[in-house]
Order: sequence, then C-alpha cells, then structure tokens
Amino acid sequence: MEAEPESVELIRNPKINWGKRILISIVLLWFLLMIIVPLLEIIREACSRGTGIIKASLISPESAHAFWLTLFITFGTVIINTILGTILAIVLAKQKFKGKLFLESLIDLPFAVSPVVAGFMFIILFGPQGWIGSWFSSVNIKIIYAVPGMLIATLFVTLPFVAREVLPVLREFGPEPEEAASILGASQWQTFWKVTLPSIKWGLVYGITLTIARSIGEFGAVLVVSGSIINKTQTATLRIHDQFTDFNYSGAFSAALILAVVSFLLLNIIQHLYKKKGKYVS
Amino acid sequence: MSGIRVENLTKKFGDFSAVDNVSFETKEGELAALLGPSGSGKSTILRIIAGLEIPDNGQIYLTGKDVTELRIQKRKVGFVFQHYALFKHMTVEKNIAFGLEIQKWNKTQITKKVAELIDLVKLNGYGKHYPAQLSGGQRQRVALARALAPEPQVLLLDEPFGSLDAKVRKNLASWIRNLHDRIHVTSIFVTHDQNEAMEISDKIIVINRGRVEQIGDATDVYENPKSKFVASFVGNVNVINGRIQNGHILIGGTANTIRKNSKDIPDGQDIVLLVRPEDISFKTNAIDSDAIPSIIKEIHYRGSYYEVEVITGESEVKCIIPKENFKNSLRKIGDQVHIGFTQFKVFEAADGHQVIHRMLKQLGYIE
Repeated sequence: MEAEPESVELIRNPKINWGKRILISIVLLWFLLMIIVPLLEIIREACSRGTGIIKASLISPESAHAFWLTLFITFGTVIINTILGTILAIVLAKQKFKGKLFLESLIDLPFAVSPVVAGFMFIILFGPQGWIGSWFSSVNIKIIYAVPGMLIATLFVTLPFVAREVLPVLREFGPEPEEAASILGASQWQTFWKVTLPSIKWGLVYGITLTIARSIGEFGAVLVVSGSIINKTQTATLRIHDQFTDFNYSGAFSAALILAVVSFLLLNIIQHLYKKKGKYVS
Repeated sequence: MSGIRVENLTKKFGDFSAVDNVSFETKEGELAALLGPSGSGKSTILRIIAGLEIPDNGQIYLTGKDVTELRIQKRKVGFVFQHYALFKHMTVEKNIAFGLEIQKWNKTQITKKVAELIDLVKLNGYGKHYPAQLSGGQRQRVALARALAPEPQVLLLDEPFGSLDAKVRKNLASWIRNLHDRIHVTSIFVTHDQNEAMEISDKIIVINRGRVEQIGDATDVYENPKSKFVASFVGNVNVINGRIQNGHILIGGTANTIRKNSKDIPDGQDIVLLVRPEDISFKTNAIDSDAIPSIIKEIHYRGSYYEVEVITGESEVKCIIPKENFKNSLRKIGDQVHIGFTQFKVFEAADGHQVIHRMLKQLGYIE
C-alpha cells in the first residue's frame, strides 16, 4: 500500500510517457493515410485540367440531373426514415410484445447485408416478375429501374441509423418525465412534442446526419436497382462511377469533390451544434 | 371534506399480487405515510391513486369525488418522483411553469406563481439554471415546486428522499414537514424508512405484501403494533422465544415465568415476545416477579445512552439503558443482570418461532 503513491507518480510523469506519444502518432498517421491524402488527391485530380473543365462537367445537364436526383432521394429517405425510425425506437423502448427481441435484432440486418445483395433482393421482389412488382406493373407503376426502387433501396440501407441512435437515448431517459408531464395535464401529443422530442433531439440529429451521409454516398444497392440510366436513374455517385469508367477523370473527381465537401460541411455543422448544446447535459 | 380514500384496491402483475384489497382513508390536509419494505406494493398504490396504473379492482376518491375512471390529466394530483423526473432541457422556471402553460394560465399569472414557488422552495436565484446544474436536494425541491404549481387537490410523493444522501435527506424531510404545516395540501408519501415516516407524518399506513397491516399515528404503530410485522418493521425490536406455562409467560431457556398470559393463548403454546430495546430496564431487585437473569455480552457507548447486549436464556437481547442508570449500575461484560420489560407484545408463534426469526433476519429487521 505504501509504495503505491510512488508508482502513480511514475505513470503520471509526462516526460517519459512514450506510450501516449506513440498512440497519438499512430492515430495521426492513420488519419493522414486514410482521409487527408485521398481528399487532397481528389482535389488535385479535379483541378488538374483547369477549372473550366470542372465547371463544364458540373453544369452539364446529365450531372445536374444526377445531383438533383441524389438530393431528392436523400430528402425522401430522411423524411421517411426519421419518422419511421423514431416510431420504431419508441415502440421498442416502451411497448412490450412477443417477438420484440427478435425485431430488435433485425434492425441491424441492413448493416450486415451487402448493399448489392440487398439490391438484388429488391429486384426479385419488385421486378416485373416479382410478386409485389407484378401487381405494380399491372397498374403501370415502375419500381425497378426507376426512382421508387432507388428510394426503397436507400431506405433499406439507412433504416438502422435513426432507430439505433434514438433507442438508447429513449431508454436512458425512462418513462418518468413523460408520466410527470401527463400528471401535470399534458396530452400524449403535448408530451411528445414538449418532453419526449426535446429529450431525444440529439440522438435524432445524429441519426439523421448518418442517414443523409449514407443516402448521398450509397452506391451498390442503388446501382443494382436503378440500372444507372443517364438522365433518368443516375445519381451523383453513379454518375461519378460512370464518368470514371469512361476515363473522364476530371468530371468524376469534380463531382466526387462536391460530394466530399457536402459531407464534410454536414459533419462540421453537427459538431458545431453539438458543442452548443452544453448546459443541460449532466 | 375528506382527503384521499381508496376502497378494495387490487392490482396484479401477472401472477404477482402487488396490491391486495387495500382500503384506507386520510383526512383533508393530512400528511400520511405509506410505510413498507421494498416490493410491498406501496409505490403501486400511489401510482394507482395518481392514475399511472389502472387497478384491477377498487375505487379511488379524491376530496370526496370518485376519480377511478378519470384520466391522469384530469385528476389534479401533484406527483413527486424518487428520481425527480425533471425536464432536463428546461430551466427551473420552465419546469415549474410547465403545468401552468399546459393549463393555459395567462403569462403574468404564470410569472407570479413561478416566482412564489421558487421563493417557497428556497431556490431564489436558480430560476435560469438547468437541472443538471443543481444538487440532488435542489432538484427534488424543483420537482416539488413543479408538482405544487397547478394547485393540485392532493400531493403524492414516491420515496421523495430515496436518492438523497443521509444528511440532505433528514433536512429535506423536516423541511417538507414544515412546508406542509404552512400549505396544508392533503399528501401521501411513500417510504421504506420508519424513522422518516414517524418523524414527518400525521398518519402511518403500514403496508406489507400488498396489504394494509395497520393504520395509525406514529405512537400507535410504534407502541401498539397490531402484528409481528409492524412491531419488527417499525423501529428496532428484540424477538424473544417463549412458551405459555400455567397461564404465565416463560422465556425460553430460563426457569422463571413472568407475568400472566393476558391473551387467550393455550398452555404449552410457543410464542414470540417482541420487546423494544428502550422498553428494557435493569432491575436492582432480583426478587421482582418479572426479573429475568441475563449475562452481559456486549456494551456500546452511544452518547446519551448505552446499548447493551445480553444473553437471556436462549435469546440475544438488545437493551437501551440511559447513561446515568447504566453508570450507576457499575456493570461490565460477563456480569449477571436482571432485566425487566416495561412493555412488550406477545404473538403466537403458530408457524414456529424459528421460522419467524429467520424471516425477520432475512428481511434485515433483526441481526
């Protein structure tokens, strides 16, 4: 017991803490290799043939269409998965029913399944010969190789984000503040808006951020169900891939740069908001 | 006008009977305690009164009105949770104003009421703080102010001091008693701490295994317990094995009998005597008819009194002896003393005193 303070001193002595330095170096090096260098390379490649070509390739109608389509699918996905993900989390946190554990284990499935496999799954299901798809084609609605299929595929791959972020927050929050609200006279609706929602806000924001990032970047599942038809079902990532395989590097890299910048800004905004929440978190 | 009345409340969770045919009544303006060990169903009873649980059976009346079928929102009760349940994203002021805003009070009234309550719970200057910036005792006072804001008909407190440390707990308990003397709102609070119940309540309702064991004021349940459970749960108690012999009480392992058997317990019946430590005295005169020879096993100085453990026949008995009396007796460990009981309760040990003894031990009421 008496020797202990001495050894603590040794561990805390900053002068000889090589372990700490090595760990920090590894992290920095890893970041440099995996994130900074590729990002710089994208910028370099995009600029290598002058800004004129960047501009031209970005304002081409095909690129514009691709960006709008990405924006549309992302928007739709965020709206639908935010609402459904929140409901899913609330049901899992508060309701008791048979098969709840099974359902909870299923939430993570989209993480585990390869997006390409998911894409094929939807082709089988929603394709003109599929048992849901055949009904839709009988009323002249096209799902596969059309925007609805792409939306469904994106919904699938981003399904876990909101639910997974909100669920632990809800569980920690517990039922008591909501009970307190209803005793004070608040209806269920008022309780949700004034008490539950503000409490899960940060889980929700984080889940939405991840959903947006994934929707913008999704490739495999969307490629399979869309067929990547120019001006019809080609999203920004599909466009990048298309241009790249056509040896149009500056086009590909300038589009890639834009997506990277959007994601970067998104994460920064979240970080900024997160710092500001400060006060009421214990 | 009456306060809170419940009749034949019953609530089962699956096969478990949490509340079993509970009836009681409190007067208007009374502060009553629901006292019982954990899992006894006392919190469930409170939650049923508030409307947070729906009883399988029974009626609830608040200030004379049947509210059994009334929604939570309409019951006009104030509720204080053990873990405060404050709205973390709102300031103290906003928390207190919540109920008033829901009930659409006008702004000036709300501001006035919130200021009044902040003053009442002594949190002046903390109005703009968030709950995370407050101590446990302060948070519980915010919770109390929030519950009182909409001027509830009754106030329900569920283990209100349960998550506070001992000192804060004692201060807050007596503070609540004082507060209640000023605002006189009919209140029930749930506790597992008999001292707390005795210290601050007008009436104690002792609950065990979902049933009412006894209702009475502090002196009543302490000095006149109606059951073994109440006697052992409410305060310290010695459990002494004995038997009825020739119409007299015989302490197990000793030769002499004490006092006549006042109840109709047949001869030869095993009994348990419940004696509180402070109801035991050292006899100077060994010829007293109820003086029982014992051997001193341990002596602990406790400031104003001595806690003395003696062996009486086959039982260990804890005695509380006033300082002067003990000093004058000049006793030490190993000495023989004669003890007498100024007051005690006799219960039939129908299912064997060992069983009861073991049970009380398990529950932690005796060592």
